[in-house]
Amino acid sequence: MLVSEPKPTEEVLGYLRAGERAFLLACGGCAEVCGTGGEEALKKWRPVLEEAGHPLTGATVLPFLCNKALVGLRLARFREQVERADVVLVASCGVGVQATAQVLDKPVYPTANTITMGGLQGVWASEERCGRCGDCLLYYTGGICPHTVCPKGLLHGPCGGSQNGECELEPGRPCGWQRIYDRLKALGRLDLLARYRPPQDSQKGLDVPLARRKAPFWALEYLEED
Amino acid sequence: MRLRERLAKGEFVVTCEAAPPKGTDIEKALEDVKKLASHVHAFNVTDLQSSVLRMSSWALCALIAREGYEPILQMTCRDRNRLALQADLLGAWALGIENVLALTGDYPTLGDHPGARPVFDLDSVQLIATIQALNQGRDLAGNELQGSTDFFVGAVVNPGVEPLGPHVLKMRLKAERGAQFFQTQAVYDSEAFRKFIREVEDLEVPILAGVIPLKSAKMARFMNEHIAGIRVPEEVIQEMERAKTKEERKKRSVEICARIIREVKPYCQGIHLMPMGWEGLVPEILELSGLT
Ligand code: SF4
Ligand code: SF4
Repeated sequence: MLVSEPKPTEEVLGYLRAGERAFLLACGGCAEVCGTGGEEALKKWRPVLEEAGHPLTGATVLPFLCNKALVGLRLARFREQVERADVVLVASCGVGVQATAQVLDKPVYPTANTITMGGLQGVWASEERCGRCGDCLLYYTGGICPHTVCPKGLLHGPCGGSQNGECELEPGRPCGWQRIYDRLKALGRLDLLARYRPPQDSQKGLDVPLARRKAPFWALEYLEED
Repeated sequence: MRLRERLAKGEFVVTCEAAPPKGTDIEKALEDVKKLASHVHAFNVTDLQSSVLRMSSWALCALIAREGYEPILQMTCRDRNRLALQADLLGAWALGIENVLALTGDYPTLGDHPGARPVFDLDSVQLIATIQALNQGRDLAGNELQGSTDFFVGAVVNPGVEPLGPHVLKMRLKAERGAQFFQTQAVYDSEAFRKFIREVEDLEVPILAGVIPLKSAKMARFMNEHIAGIRVPEEVIQEMERAKTKEERKKRSVEICARIIREVKPYCQGIHLMPMGWEGLVPEILELSGLT
């Protein structure tokens, strides 16, 4: 179970350029329980986007966006709607956003910040990982998490040890920042890497106060017993 | 004259690496500095290079400054969070250290304490921004300082790395956040270096080209294989191979360094020597390259 909370509306609207059309994808897994995904997310974001001048080409809830293979399959039904969109907004934890980015050749942006995964390891079988930083950066990084693909968790490009696309840590391990660079280049958004981002607040993520961690877990347990 | 004044005047500068001791015996490190002081404008003191434990960089910097020489404090993001980095920077300034070089730092598993917890609370770009905040009299949280710093801030770039694109982007971001000079990884291919310089010359930030004397053909091959961004051309490796004795190898190594320095000199504002134990060769290298 990954616990997430919605990003500030202005932040998400700030990701979109004037008039860009969006496809809205919400997760029906943990994110639904936390209130960041599910039908509730569609209800929340649809009017916000439309009022801000971003027509929706479509919107849907899919169960467990962290399962990349299923996301690919299930999104196929919406191919035409997704194609017409300039960007895809994903209401889920960081893993769901990354899994979606992996199956689409489009900019994929988060609408939530992932805070913690508490006691449970996730159910996803693929490589996408979320470091639960509490201030999701996937908009800036082409849908690839800098906290988990780069062992140093760097936020402004590769360290000097990155060579031929490999990480300095061990041969054969891809340099996460090379992957981010390549992805943004393919999307025509290298300008995002030229932006400075101040240090993150570590209290938002990994070290969240217990009180904030707990609530959604109780909700999940309750739901599972149901 | 201080490093920042020399660079501001357009003077061609020479910096050299000095490693703190593994332990508390500082004599050798200070001896090396003294011997080279008439040839070198400033000494980069490494910060647990390759994640191998040594004495703090700021401590040797302070000792060097006390002797009347100019240190450059290397600071990595590997071992300290934003509080400890700022605390050390304030202390360094109070101890008379005026230059800082901001680096990411190697991952701990590369060194002699592989189980150490990596920190990387800030990255190198954020560290540069932090130093500039202290220079403005504020800490990273925006609180006012009683007495600010006025560091001359350097950064590193690895011009031989492939593909270069992301590294150039990051270099630009470093300059934008306040890097006032750059030191590079060792250059052996002056043609590639020239190409790199052409790509970033609009930045107008002084660049000091890195130079590492080769000890042997084997060392060259090792670096080619294991160190990102180092590419010793095959002809150069063969030149080293033809030298049979240690004396011959030293002579060859000096010739190669001097040649590279002469070739890159028109394209940069200085050189940064990393002698790796061959400090004794530095005067000869500088002489043969026409720098002294
Ligand atoms: S940036 Fe990475 S760690 Fe932070 S919330 Fe997004 S996916 Fe998770
Ligand atoms: S080589 Fe790339 S992935 Fe590895 S630590 Fe450096 S920037 Fe991160």
